[in-house]
Amino acid sequence: MADLRCDFAGVKSPNPFWLASAPPTDKAYNVERAFKAGWGGVVWKTLGEDPPIVNTTSRYGAVAVNGQRMVGFNNIELITDRPLDVNLAEIKQIKRDWPDRAVLVSLMVPCEEAPWKKILGAVEDTGADGVELNFGCPHGMSERGMGAAVGQVPEYVEMVTRWCKSMTRMPVFVKLTPNVTNILAPARAAKAGGADAVALINTVNSIISVDLDLMAPTPTVDGKGSHGGYCGPAVKPIALNLVAQIARDPECAGMAISGIGGIETWRDAAEFITLGSDGVQVCTGVMHYGFKIIDDMIDGLNNWMDGKGYGRISDFHGAAIPNFVDWQDLNINAELVARIDQDKCIKCGLCHIACEDTAHQAISVSGTGPARIFDTIDAECVGCNLCAHVCPVENCIEMVPVDNGKPYMNWTQDPRNPHATAAGGAVE
Amino acid sequence: MTDGADIQAGRLNGAVLAENFADVHRPFDAAGAAVEASRCYFCYDAPCIGACPTGIDIPGFIRAIATGNLTGAARTILEENIMGGSCARVCPTEILCQGDCVRNGVGDRPVEIGLLQRHATDHLGGGGPHPFNRADDTGRSVAVVGAGPAGLACAHALARQGASVTVFEGRAKPGGLNEYGIAAYKVPDDFAQDEVAFITAIGGIEMRYGQALGRDLTLAQLRNDFDAVFLGLGQGGVRALDVPGAELDGVHNAVDYIADLRQADDLTTLPVGRRIVVIGGGNTAIDIAVQTKRLGAEDVTMVYRRGPEQMGATGHEQAFAQTNGVRIKHWLRPVRLEGEGGVRAAVFQGVELAADGALVDTGGEQAMPCDMVFKAVGQSFVPLAADGPDLTAGRIAVDESGRTSLSDVWAGGDCVAGEDLTVQAVQDGKVAAGAIADYLKNMGS
Ligand SMILES: Cc1cc2nc3c(=O)[nH]c(=O)nc-3n(C[C@H](O)[C@H](O)[C@H](O)COP(=O)(O)OP(=O)(O)OC[C@H]3O[C@@H](n4cnc5c(N)ncnc54)[C@H](O)[C@@H]3O)c2cc1C
Ligand SMILES: Cc1cc2nc3c(=O)[nH]c(=O)nc-3n(C[C@H](O)[C@H](O)[C@H](O)COP(=O)(O)O)c2cc1C
Ligand code: SF4
Ligand code: SF4
Ligand code: SF4
Repeated sequence: MADLRCDFAGVKSPNPFWLASAPPTDKAYNVERAFKAGWGGVVWKTLGEDPPIVNTTSRYGAVAVNGQRMVGFNNIELITDRPLDVNLAEIKQIKRDWPDRAVLVSLMVPCEEAPWKKILGAVEDTGADGVELNFGCPHGMSERGMGAAVGQVPEYVEMVTRWCKSMTRMPVFVKLTPNVTNILAPARAAKAGGADAVALINTVNSIISVDLDLMAPTPTVDGKGSHGGYCGPAVKPIALNLVAQIARDPECAGMAISGIGGIETWRDAAEFITLGSDGVQVCTGVMHYGFKIIDDMIDGLNNWMDGKGYGRISDFHGAAIPNFVDWQDLNINAELVARIDQDKCIKCGLCHIACEDTAHQAISVSGTGPARIFDTIDAECVGCNLCAHVCPVENCIEMVPVDNGKPYMNWTQDPRNPHATAAGGAVE
Repeated sequence: MTDGADIQAGRLNGAVLAENFADVHRPFDAAGAAVEASRCYFCYDAPCIGACPTGIDIPGFIRAIATGNLTGAARTILEENIMGGSCARVCPTEILCQGDCVRNGVGDRPVEIGLLQRHATDHLGGGGPHPFNRADDTGRSVAVVGAGPAGLACAHALARQGASVTVFEGRAKPGGLNEYGIAAYKVPDDFAQDEVAFITAIGGIEMRYGQALGRDLTLAQLRNDFDAVFLGLGQGGVRALDVPGAELDGVHNAVDYIADLRQADDLTTLPVGRRIVVIGGGNTAIDIAVQTKRLGAEDVTMVYRRGPEQMGATGHEQAFAQTNGVRIKHWLRPVRLEGEGGVRAAVFQGVELAADGALVDTGGEQAMPCDMVFKAVGQSFVPLAADGPDLTAGRIAVDESGRTSLSDVWAGGDCVAGEDLTVQAVQDGKVAAGAIADYLKNMGS
């Protein structure tokens, strides 16, 4: 049994699986159930100043792909719609009842010192383990000069973070919006402001779909729609990249990372951790399936770690970062070709038509009907992997290395690169 | 009345019968169809298409279902197969399209092409506008004899291209075996008639019932009155069962009994025996066995003289009969039917395959007591008068376009050689229509 305990940015939890600040952490009732189910921590649904905001109906939209529901999810909800003192009292009770779990509180107030000071003091009184500054919400709040409106301006991120660090002894997490061109700008600003950790990603700006009868974006509110925040499995690749960018940035070194975005399984979590996340947060996964998915997340991560011989999270934390390089550092001499396992092939022809119509004309077809044969033409194959991705049969198309005897050479060293130098190092 | 034989109507009450003869396949709802459609890989040059006798663009119509384009899906189907609705219900898909679905290869079940086809075609069946427009009248006329699948498919395709078609049907109703032969639970309600109405809605088709070639009409007359003739006569005859006792009361041709069943207004009035013996191993045998069981027969035994592999009925059909409580016995040859007036027993002789492939008796007879015996040993084509086209192996000889030995006469469906399937009849009618249209175009005026 591996040791899943986490201790980063001054916050301890029995496992790396926390619930992200969102409806699942909106009140004591839900959080109580989550902790009973086994979740290691929560980031309480974002608190703001009273009077509380008011939400619309409806609030959620979703993308289904081939019958798989909620592959992508979006919402036009705002921060908590309950009075501040109710939330604070519940947080205090929860922390008292569940001392071993991480309880962070997400906050969003206007960009002035006084409201931050006031709310930080109130949260400190609850005994919470830390705060998460919500600089990420892309809708509703940003129009009010909060959320993403702050997260998109590095100077504000740094300023507010610095205020908070000076106003409280609690660890400060800064939640980042992905709706920026370069994630390093707000991340470095958070670091400069003294943040203990960044948490990312918040939701991605989106219109989930258009209702072609109503002629309005969904979800619709009385015939109109607004842009909302996109999340769920579909955003995981975006989140992984942004997390990894920060994790390998020397300027951000020393700041912890709480990975968020499309995490639903232990495998998703493991991937985030290998790219530098110290822990992970989940929202859509539990909104889709309930809190019980934690069972397999814990069990699966344990079994995988046991199989790999990892005793604790730190044994593989950041393990994939050294292999995350820029394109120009890839070995341009490495060569793969596609190989079709004829015994597994079911003759669907998808590989052929994909390569024929859209790639490199490297898969031939001979014969007709169920007896036809698809084969690769090595001389034409550029090893792009397209066929292996379209093939519906697991492991039927393998990408096999070609032993071309060529040594490692990257693009900066490649004579075909007009800017190459013998020693390498030119940047395209 | 057969003495002592237990043959009665109303073995089951009306409600149970209604249930037993309702749709065997539950149709998809929209969500189910979408999920099933998403299982299709959209194969390149898909093998399923090659396995469909009418060559429907299967991945094309399934993709249209997946995108919610049901009208387009239906049109794609009907473009190749105007009886796509009945084919979706009656095709033995396990040996056709679904048999060649590549999904079988991943140890999975095939895409439910038949049910998806039904979902799409039912969408258009709802009384909307006909999906195709008729071309301007060409002034050419064609006589189609027989309003079964072959004749209707041919008539529709020709009318669509502007010919004026007159369909001569010997019976009082159109549809052929769709109306009189197919198992009732495959095409419940008035599906066969609704489909004929849909097909003829293209316009340019005149239907004439009670007009039998050889009885009310002659081929010479039709060839004289029309520019071309298509024969879709099916197989009106049944092969004889050459054993003593075959003329006893209670011994029926399966197809005749099924026709009565299909035409019965009230199934509680249809007499059926308590113990049934069915002789034959094809789909007709399966259909009569299952339908008599569902009418309330207590004990139904199908007897075939060879093994399960040699049966004309597909494995799927055999299993269907067995789950319906029909017993299937193999390697038994009928020797005689016994009874005084009414049949009381069917006597069989065990047989086996000799080294030379011949069936040889293994000795020892067994008698199966029964109240009714159904002969389902095959249908046969009833030849026309001497002025008819040449025959081959007892059916009308045709080239690959369906043309007979008479230059202005085409034929297709069960009255020519090939698989006796609805879908094949439709294809024959369609192919012949193409050839007839060319012929009409090239005719001097
Ligand atoms: C009991 C039974 C069950 C079957 N089940 C299936 C099944 O589940 N699936 C499947 O694919 N196939 C099935 N078949 C086969 C299928 O029904 C036939 O292959 C198909 O109907 C052939 O179409 P057709 O147009 O050639 O002939 P038919 O459907 O037989 O139509 C011929 C038409 O011509 C008319 N006619 C005949 N002679 C004359 C004449 N001299 N003058 C005027 N009109 C005439 C007839 O009255 C009839 O309407 C079954 C067949 C039988 C007997
Ligand atoms: C309905 C809903 C409400 C949310 N509300 C908040 C919020 O109040 N504060 C916040 O920081 N993030 C909020 N989020 C964003 C989530 O915390 C999380 O960052 C995002 O959903 C990505 O994670 P996921 O892919 O696991 O859902 C909300 C998300 C959803 C779906
Ligand atoms: S790897 Fe790319 S180029 Fe090679 S066969 Fe596959 S699709 Fe074609
Ligand atoms: S995609 Fe895979 S299964 Fe399909 S033909 Fe190509 S190799 Fe065979
Ligand atoms: S073979 Fe199966 S998976 Fe392929 S196109 Fe046909 S129905 Fe779809």
